[in-house]
Amino acid sequence: MTATAPAPRSSAAAAPNPRPAAARARRRGGVGGAALTTLTWAIALVFVSPALWLVLTSFKSEAIAQTDPPTLFFQPTLDQIAGVIDSDFLPYLANSLIATLASTALVLLLGTPAAYALSIRPVKRTKDVLFFFISTKMLPVVAVIVPIYVAAAEVAMLDSIWTLVVLYTAMNLPIAVWMMRSFFLEVPSGVVEAARMEGASLPRVLWSVMLPIMAPGVAATALICMIFSWNEFFFAVNLTASQAATVPVFLVGFITSEGLYWAQLAAAATLASLPIVIIGWMAQRQLVRGLSMGAVK
Amino acid sequence: MSATATAPAPQRPVPAARSAKRAERARGWSLRAPLLPALIFTILVTQLPFLFTIFYSLQSWNLVRPGSRSFTGLANYAAVLTDAQFLGAALNTVVITAACVLISMAVGIGLAMLLDRKFAGRGVVRTLLITPFLIIPVATALLWKTTMFDPVFGLVGFVLTPFGLGDVDWVSQFPVVSVVTALVWQWSPFMMLLVLAGLQSQGGDVIEAGQVDGASKWQMFTNITLPHLRRYIELGVLLGSIYVVNTFDTIYMMTQGGPGTASANLPFYIYQRTFLGFDIGQSAAMGVVVVIGTIAVAMLALRLIFRTFMSDQEANS
Amino acid sequence: MEKENPLPSTKRRPGRLAALGAAGAAVSLVSGCAGAGAVAAGGDGTTLVVAIVSNPQMEDAISLRADFAREHPDVNLRFVTLPENEARAKITTSIAAGGGEFDAVMISNYETRMWAENGWLANLQPHIDATEGYDDEDFLEPIREDLSYQGDMYSVPFYGESSFLAYRKDLFEKAGVEMPENPTWSEVADLAAELDGVEEGVAGICLRGLPGWGEVLAPFNSMLNTFGGRWYDRDWNAQLTSPEFRRTAEFYVDLVREHGQPGAANSGFGDCLTHYSQGNAAMWYDATAMVSTVEDPESSKVVGKSGYAPAPVQKTGYGGWLYTWSLAIPASSQHKDAAWDFLSWMTDKEYIRMVGEEYGWQRVPPGSRVSTFENPEYQEAASAYAEPMREGIENADPKNPGTRPVPYTGIGFLAIPEFQDLGTRVSQQLSAAIAGQISVDEALAQSQQYAQSVGDSYKEAQ
Repeated sequence: MTATAPAPRSSAAAAPNPRPAAARARRRGGVGGAALTTLTWAIALVFVSPALWLVLTSFKSEAIAQTDPPTLFFQPTLDQIAGVIDSDFLPYLANSLIATLASTALVLLLGTPAAYALSIRPVKRTKDVLFFFISTKMLPVVAVIVPIYVAAAEVAMLDSIWTLVVLYTAMNLPIAVWMMRSFFLEVPSGVVEAARMEGASLPRVLWSVMLPIMAPGVAATALICMIFSWNEFFFAVNLTASQAATVPVFLVGFITSEGLYWAQLAAAATLASLPIVIIGWMAQRQLVRGLSMGAVK
Repeated sequence: MSATATAPAPQRPVPAARSAKRAERARGWSLRAPLLPALIFTILVTQLPFLFTIFYSLQSWNLVRPGSRSFTGLANYAAVLTDAQFLGAALNTVVITAACVLISMAVGIGLAMLLDRKFAGRGVVRTLLITPFLIIPVATALLWKTTMFDPVFGLVGFVLTPFGLGDVDWVSQFPVVSVVTALVWQWSPFMMLLVLAGLQSQGGDVIEAGQVDGASKWQMFTNITLPHLRRYIELGVLLGSIYVVNTFDTIYMMTQGGPGTASANLPFYIYQRTFLGFDIGQSAAMGVVVVIGTIAVAMLALRLIFRTFMSDQEANS
Repeated sequence: MEKENPLPSTKRRPGRLAALGAAGAAVSLVSGCAGAGAVAAGGDGTTLVVAIVSNPQMEDAISLRADFAREHPDVNLRFVTLPENEARAKITTSIAAGGGEFDAVMISNYETRMWAENGWLANLQPHIDATEGYDDEDFLEPIREDLSYQGDMYSVPFYGESSFLAYRKDLFEKAGVEMPENPTWSEVADLAAELDGVEEGVAGICLRGLPGWGEVLAPFNSMLNTFGGRWYDRDWNAQLTSPEFRRTAEFYVDLVREHGQPGAANSGFGDCLTHYSQGNAAMWYDATAMVSTVEDPESSKVVGKSGYAPAPVQKTGYGGWLYTWSLAIPASSQHKDAAWDFLSWMTDKEYIRMVGEEYGWQRVPPGSRVSTFENPEYQEAASAYAEPMREGIENADPKNPGTRPVPYTGIGFLAIPEFQDLGTRVSQQLSAAIAGQISVDEALAQSQQYAQSVGDSYKEAQ
């Protein structure tokens, strides 16, 4: 294992397998390649068109947002986006940010040592512990919402952002432990043993020896946790009211019995998704790499 | 199990013989210690509330009728297991999960194959393609419900008008199809990323060897690429199932489980029983039944997948 | 909230908005806002959390909160606005489980008395009596009565509604038919058959079919009462398969299937509103609140074309329902005095006047105060429907719905805590029958089971 580990990692990290790509490009030649490229672009654009349409709609006026046939060209307006920001959007954004960042930090803090223990130095019943972690992910959260609600009410933690932080941590911890364990398996155990022999403490080993090696894995894990925390809806809608409500809850408030204001809704949805979309875009390389490491181990 | 326990043994330096036993025990604890915070945290937050759920499930307790709380034994379970709507929701859960995971995996493989070559704007295309996975599911559901599926103003109706499907009220007439569509759109990018990771770890020499042998593209795909991707696909199916089986927001936003209860899955149905019916006892019993059912299914699935992951590791070590 | 924000001057600048495209800008905006939230929370004032249903009239109240802030600068308002069903679930959970998240909640005449009896709501009468000029005698009597427990009000009405029958005078003329002064349901059914397709795409009548106890069951229940049907006899035996109940269900389902709007099984109040105001139905039996849209030139194609007849009857003298959105203070609130300041602001005569002057008199929350109906400006704006609306509300008698004694109260609903759940389940069956997925008999047989299990729990208690 240790011998073969670095090979796929480095090939995925650098320009991914240049050889076959080059070979195929040679073989297909100009015309076929151009056709395939065009096809790829077309498919990608069609696939992502709902998202593009969402962004487009957020720059429309309400009258243009609902037309038959749909309007493609129009005079864009910032009214909807300004309206969303004016309607107290920012506190929701702040709450989402706190819940996402704090829970992700907590996941890494708790998950890294656990993943380490489950990888480099196998504990008895490793598989059972892993199995336990993963199985908690499968339990329907709806089955525990009432006890959690009652408990939170008892200790005056309803509508508190820290309740969400705790729950999101528990929600993401299993996946994080599972993913990070795979990344730890990548680390040549000789390196760790050497550091240990020199008397380095466990936190030191983790910090200065392991972390640099598995930074992309940790980044991918953190990113996945952030996506799921940012997008979480069930706990948010049931356990918050005003002080701790996050952006998905904000979106629900845009539905009225009078029907939907599409342009405003689109603007709200676009703004609400923007932070995590941008982070995801910036970190996509880590995501592919992290997942590839996670998958094979 | 034994595999992982013994795996690194060869690399382990041999400790001095006399203190071996004591050192081994201390070592055992130092190994377990880092695991404990996460383990205890998870047990406290996920398992403790569930004990209360079991406790509630044995009671007749309607939240809006104070003073109605009393022990009823297993009566709630009898009611749940004979509730036709509960069983319907269970069936919906299976259908939605299976359809969503399989279709998004197929779409994901297709997209990944297209991306696994160099071409102009490849980075941009990949960036575009992962976007649906990043958008808040609540927003995705609203997007599909309104601007896409609306029978009058929706984009889907507009595009399908030439095929005579312009006036279909998708969300009302085909609620499950609508929900699955939104979910597939959301999850395909995730599958694509996993498969892409798999494709990029594929050694080029194998493919070249195949080309030299004169294998057709389809043969190469089924005989070389797919087997190589197997574990990536399994991982995608596992993670996808874990998340999709608990889907709540998409159904809440798009169909509210309707029309009637046509598109309610278990999480949504239990939510309704809890927050519309306020029958805490019965909804707790449903929760327990679902957990038992899930564990039974998960045992099978997880053991299967764990076997492949763990045994490969053993073989490699 | 807005006034506490330290960045008000930059908030609306387009340059700032344009910068949102960059991730950095988004993050800086957020951190700025986190500061704002902290300042607001750390101030001297009281923070009131208000849970409210996102109907247009309530949205107007939120936009007008600056007026409240002028009078109460030390009170900071935070609104939680949710669609009806979600708001109900959240508010009920919070109140019943003692969550204590809210200082003021929007409920209705369905909840008020039950919750007052459970001790979940603050008694508002002392506040009312101590507030000069609030004039609770001005509330329409049936509404005041329905929001009172043992003579004291436990919630105050924001707006009230009954039901009536809107019809297109122009289409009636074209078809050569006339609307009787007090129509019966049989007459309405004949008229619907006559008018169906009088113009292309025009349905004879529009009726709700969407599941939900507040949706299809509201018109259905008011019809059931006047047909002489009931949910339970006095001993809590469910009566959903009784001849009267079946007759009503068959009548309703047949009427809407044969002469109703397309897609009836999925149309709620909002969809019917669109159908009728777009000119696609000749009649519509629904809440009196419809007028603020039907008579609004901005959203309706049939302004001024409608006549309004009282709710159709069959065996009783009166057939409309009674419903009101009202505001209450949970017993768990720590800021009851400040909460009352807000409640009295939002339900006062002064508020209604302000909406009338700010947004126009057709948009005021109607049906709560006698003085609104007597206001000349309102009378002018609402001449077509003010009178039938007022009569509808004043004639409603929730204590004696139908023709025979029942163990419950309520017209459009049953005032028992289980009705939210039971009503939803029965409405799903009814909706399925309207969609043609099952027969009326099948729907009622299943519904009878649901109803009987609720009835049994009351039998045990007796």
